[in-house]
Amino acid sequence: MTASTIRLAVDREDRRIAALAAAAVGLTLVEAAIPLPIPGIKPGLANIVTLVVLVRYGWRMAAWVSLLRVVAGALLLGSFLTPAFVLSLAGAVASLAVLAALRGLHPIILGPVGLSVLAAFAHVGAQLAVVDLWLMPGISLIALAPLFLAAAWLTGLVNGLVAARLLTEDRDSGGPA
Amino acid sequence: MRRSAAGRSWWFLRPGDWLLLGLGLFAILALGRYVADGAGDRVVILRDGQLYQEASLRINRQFAVPGPLGETLVEIRAGRVRVKADPSPRQVCVRQGWLGPGEAALCLPNRVSVQRGRARYDSLNY
Repeated sequence: MTASTIRLAVDREDRRIAALAAAAVGLTLVEAAIPLPIPGIKPGLANIVTLVVLVRYGWRMAAWVSLLRVVAGALLLGSFLTPAFVLSLAGAVASLAVLAALRGLHPIILGPVGLSVLAAFAHVGAQLAVVDLWLMPGISLIALAPLFLAAAWLTGLVNGLVAARLLTEDRDSGGPA
Repeated sequence: MRRSAAGRSWWFLRPGDWLLLGLGLFAILALGRYVADGAGDRVVILRDGQLYQEASLRINRQFAVPGPLGETLVEIRAGRVRVKADPSPRQVCVRQGWLGPGEAALCLPNRVSVQRGRARYDSLNY
C-alpha cells in the first residue's frame, strides 16, 4: 500500500492572500474586543484591508481576502454558522458585489472613500434585509435604518480615508502602485 | 502624480466621492425625518363606529375586519398602513393607498374605517 501524498502548490499569490487575510482577521479580533454602545454597529476595520487589496491587487484577491476573513474570524470568535456569521457573510458578499460593479469608476470618478462608503451601505443594507426576511420577520426595521446607515456613512468615510492614506504611502515609498 | 501640499492629502477624494457623501447624508437625513414623522403613530381601526383594533406601526401585520359585505383587509408594513382589499364596490379606501400621518380611510358601505393617528396623551386615554 502506497501512501499517497497530495501536495498543493502554493504560489506567491496564495501566500499574499493568506498574509492579507491574516491582517484582516487580526483587525476583526481587535474590533471584537472594543466595547460598543449599540449592538450591530461596528467600525468594520477589516474593510480597510479589503479596500487596499482591491485597489492594489484587484477584485478577485479582495474577494478571497474578505471571505477568508469572514470564515476565519467567525471560527476564532466562535460564531461560525450562527446568525452573526450569516449576517457577516451577507454583508461581505453584498459589499463585494457592489465593489465588483463599481470598480471601473476607480480612480477617475470614485476614490477609495467613495468605494468604502458604498460598500458600507451595501453591507448594512444586506444585513438589514437578512434580519427583516429571516431573523425577525414582522418587525418593522425602517425606524432603525437611518441609525445604521448613518453609522455606515461615518465608518465608510473613516475606513476609506485610512485606506487612501495607506495607498498613498505605498506610492510615496516606491511600493507597487 | 499630484504632489501639491493641498492636493497631497486630499487627492484621493474624487468628485464622485464628494457627490456620494453628500447624497448619502441627504438620503439618511430624509429617511430619518420620514421615520421621525411617523414615530409613535398608531393605527386605529373602527368597525360600525366602534373601536375594533388599535395597533402600532412598528410591527408588520394584517387585520381582516369583518363587515356587512365581507372582510376588509388592513395591512401594516414598514411603518405604513393601507387598506389592502375591501368588498365595497367603489374601492375608494383601497385606491387611497398608504395613509399619511393623520389620514383616514373610510370603507363604505362595509362600515370599516382606518385611521393613522398620532399617539397623544389626553384626558381620555392617559
